[in-house]
Amino acid sequence: MSRMSVSLPGLEMKNPVMPASGCFGFGEEIGTLYDLDELGAIALKATTLEARYGNETPRVAETASGMLNAIGLQNPGLEKVLSDKLPPLASKEVPLLANIAGSTMEDYEAVADALSASGRVGALELNISCPNVKQGGIAFGTDPDLAAELTERVKAVSHVPVYVKLSPNTSDITVIADAVEKAGADGLTLINTLTGMKIDRKTGRPLLANQVGGLSGPAVKPVAIRMIHELRQQTTLPIIGMGGIMEAGDIIEFIMAGADAVAVGTANFTNPFICPELIGELGSMLEHEQVDHLYDLRAEEAGVR
Amino acid sequence: MKKENMTITNHRRIARNIYEMELEGKLVQETAGPGQFLHILPPASDSMLLRRPISICKTDKKTSRLTIIYRAEGKGTNQLAFAPEESRLDVMGPLGNGFPAENVSPGEHVLLTGGGIGVPPLYDTACDLREKGIELTTVLGFSDKETVFYEERFRELGDVYVSTEDGSYGTAGFVTDVIASEKLSFDRIFACGPVPMLKALEDAYPNARGSISLEERMGCGLGVCLACVCRSREDSDGTDYRKICSDGPVFSWGEVLL
Repeated sequence: MSRMSVSLPGLEMKNPVMPASGCFGFGEEIGTLYDLDELGAIALKATTLEARYGNETPRVAETASGMLNAIGLQNPGLEKVLSDKLPPLASKEVPLLANIAGSTMEDYEAVADALSASGRVGALELNISCPNVKQGGIAFGTDPDLAAELTERVKAVSHVPVYVKLSPNTSDITVIADAVEKAGADGLTLINTLTGMKIDRKTGRPLLANQVGGLSGPAVKPVAIRMIHELRQQTTLPIIGMGGIMEAGDIIEFIMAGADAVAVGTANFTNPFICPELIGELGSMLEHEQVDHLYDLRAEEAGVR
Repeated sequence: MKKENMTITNHRRIARNIYEMELEGKLVQETAGPGQFLHILPPASDSMLLRRPISICKTDKKTSRLTIIYRAEGKGTNQLAFAPEESRLDVMGPLGNGFPAENVSPGEHVLLTGGGIGVPPLYDTACDLREKGIELTTVLGFSDKETVFYEERFRELGDVYVSTEDGSYGTAGFVTDVIASEKLSFDRIFACGPVPMLKALEDAYPNARGSISLEERMGCGLGVCLACVCRSREDSDGTDYRKICSDGPVFSWGEVLL
């Protein structure tokens, strides 16, 4: 085992770095820039039962050290994901974490069942935290009872481990995390974006067509670190941490806070080569520190594990 | 597509808030025709994460240099305006698909129509068409006299008409007013400018042959993030779309919903 490899339910990763859902599509475009097998895993763009166009434009706005997005879960729908998006990834070995979303529990069940049975997906990421759709999404992520029920139902139909992606838009993330853990979640991913807004000074109105959007980028990193640290005090579940990672030092900070692997989101838009660059830098840093494994960087008393 | 630190070899203001910048680098060799764009990271800032899509105005593969023209409008482009010559810029490109100048046959008369900061990509297009001996007429629209640029450059390549919204230069009104009043005829039209201008043109000439170039706030510039989509005209179930960055920014006349 190399000093970078990590083993998570359904995801045997040769390094702890994956692009975050929604920031990498299904790998088609960035797969022309480098070999996707350099990645630890890939979190795929959210899939819903039916095709979705998403929101009107503008869908993105820059903020200080961050960006707001309101794409609205645009995707071609389950059938096309199975027929067009997964087959090109068949020749690759990189583990896949398939993000699933829906408006009803039945939607989630149908997508979970079909994607997890595809044979190419290592684990599911239950999206109960998208702030940009009117129905479903975040509604399931802010009510612990609904989150637990959905987790339980998806677990019952899934053929692979299920991670639940948590929203930071809640007064106490530990309550939701506890509810989904008791409902059988195999892991947690966090954080999704923070709800925000930008006003266009020319018009006096919200700049994004959807009015609100999800804030990501380095601006949200301290929130992510705090929430991961907080959850690590109460759970031994694997955590995939994300929120504003821009450099290898950020990855180490997430691991120290209690994450077992990390996802890189917004940085892919600034630099589409960022993931392999970070993997290279992290390797050099670990070699320089002369640790046997990435996890050896953690303080001994950190968390319940 | 390359990601490269290009060198600024020339940088000057050419009209109010309008800057012309010449860049040198290897990616110039990868340009595949007029109307592609660069995705530029604003210099000297940790707080700006998004690149700015800026059309290529002129390419010169022999010298590995290209020219862009941008309007200093927001935080990023205002920062760009301060970038000194000889300094370097983090650039991705060339991106997108340009105007199909190669499809134009000898003997055709092409009308180029540009509005404001939509004018630059038409210059490279005009140069390519002139090289093929195509006859050109150019109609340029600006807000006012202070923002007019490249009129003389286009005049070297064919007839040029200029309009300004406030009437302070050329014909008062919009490019569509000029085309109508001058009774300009054409076999093909290439247009780039604000959406209301493009929509007015497509409405006025619904059966024309040609292409339009769109702009939109972009994320990745590669077709990954789906920030810059638009609907197609033939949208049967409400989910059909085009990505402006990677399917466009140039689309066939009438292809997308404006």
